[in-house]
Amino acid sequence: MSSENTMGSGTTERDYERAPEIAALNLEERPDGLGAAAMFAAAIGVFALGLLTILSEASASIHDWLEAWDFDQGVGPLAGKTTVAVIVWVASWIVLSLILRGKDVDLKKWIWASVVLGIIGVLGTFPPIFTAFAAE
Amino acid sequence: MELSERETWTVIHGLVAGTLFLIAFAGGLAGLWSLRPGFLTPEAIKERMRRLYVGVWVMAGAAWITVISGTWIVYPWYRAALAGETYEGCGGLSLPDAAVCSPRDFLLSNVSGQTESWHTFGMEWKEHVAWMAPILATAVAFLVTYYGPRLIPRTKLRAVAIVMFVAAFGAAVVGGAFGAFINKVAPIV
Repeated sequence: MSSENTMGSGTTERDYERAPEIAALNLEERPDGLGAAAMFAAAIGVFALGLLTILSEASASIHDWLEAWDFDQGVGPLAGKTTVAVIVWVASWIVLSLILRGKDVDLKKWIWASVVLGIIGVLGTFPPIFTAFAAE
Repeated sequence: MELSERETWTVIHGLVAGTLFLIAFAGGLAGLWSLRPGFLTPEAIKERMRRLYVGVWVMAGAAWITVISGTWIVYPWYRAALAGETYEGCGGLSLPDAAVCSPRDFLLSNVSGQTESWHTFGMEWKEHVAWMAPILATAVAFLVTYYGPRLIPRTKLRAVAIVMFVAAFGAAVVGGAFGAFINKVAPIV
C-alpha cells in the first residue's frame, strides 16, 4: 500500500503524519472499495436517468413502457424514468459493494469514471439535448 | 389564513423540505470544509463528526422527501391535460384553473404572454435533474459515514465528497429555482 498516495488506498501512516490528531481516535483501516462503490453507483444512477430521458424521447414504445410505471397516478413517463433510475442505482450499489467490499482500489480511476458517467447523465436531462433525439 | 390541499402540498414540497435541505447543506458544507489537517482537536473531531453525520443524512432525507412529493403528489396536478388539444380551456384566463386549465396547459397555451418555454425548458429540466440531488446526497452521506475522521488527512477524497455535495445542491437549486418561478407564473391552485 503506497503511503504517498492519499487517493489510491485506505488510511496510511502518511495520513497519520499529515493529521496526527486522528491517531488519538484509534481508527481502524477502511479500504476504499466501498467508497468507490458508492461513488460509481451514484454516477450509474445519474447516467441511467439521463439515458432514460433520451430514450423516452427517441422511442414511443420506451416512452409508453416508462409511462406504465405511473400506475394511473398521472405522473406520466417521469414515473418510469425516475423509478427505474433509482432501481438501477440501488442495484448497482449493492452489486458493486459485494464485489469491492474489503478491497483497496485505485480510487482515482473510479472517480474519473464516475465523473464521465455523471456528466453524460446530466447532459441527457438537459432539454435542448434530449429533445434533439425526439422521434419524428 | 387558509391553504388548500394542493397549496399545502406545494408548501411541503418546496418550502418545508426545501428549507430543511438548504439548512442541512449549509451545515454539511461547513462541516466537510472544516475537516482539515491540524484544524481540530480529537475531542472537536468527535463532536464535529456527530453533527456532520446528522447534517448529511438530513440533507439526503430532505432531498428524497422533496423529489418524491414533487413527482408523485404535486406534478400530476401540474401536468393534467384539462384544456384540450389547442388549450381552448385556458382561453381568457390569467391564472390556471383546476377544473379546465392545468399549469402545464396554461404555460403551453401562451394566453398570458410568452410562457411556453417555462414548461418546455424550465419544467422539463427541473423534473429530471432534481432527482440527481438525493442520489448524490445519499452517496455523500455514505462516504462521510464510512470514512468519518479519515477524511481529514485525505484532502483529495474530501474534495471529491465536497464536489458531489455541491453538485447535489446545484441539482436542487435548478429544481427549486424553476419550481419557484413556474409557481409564480402558473401556480398550482
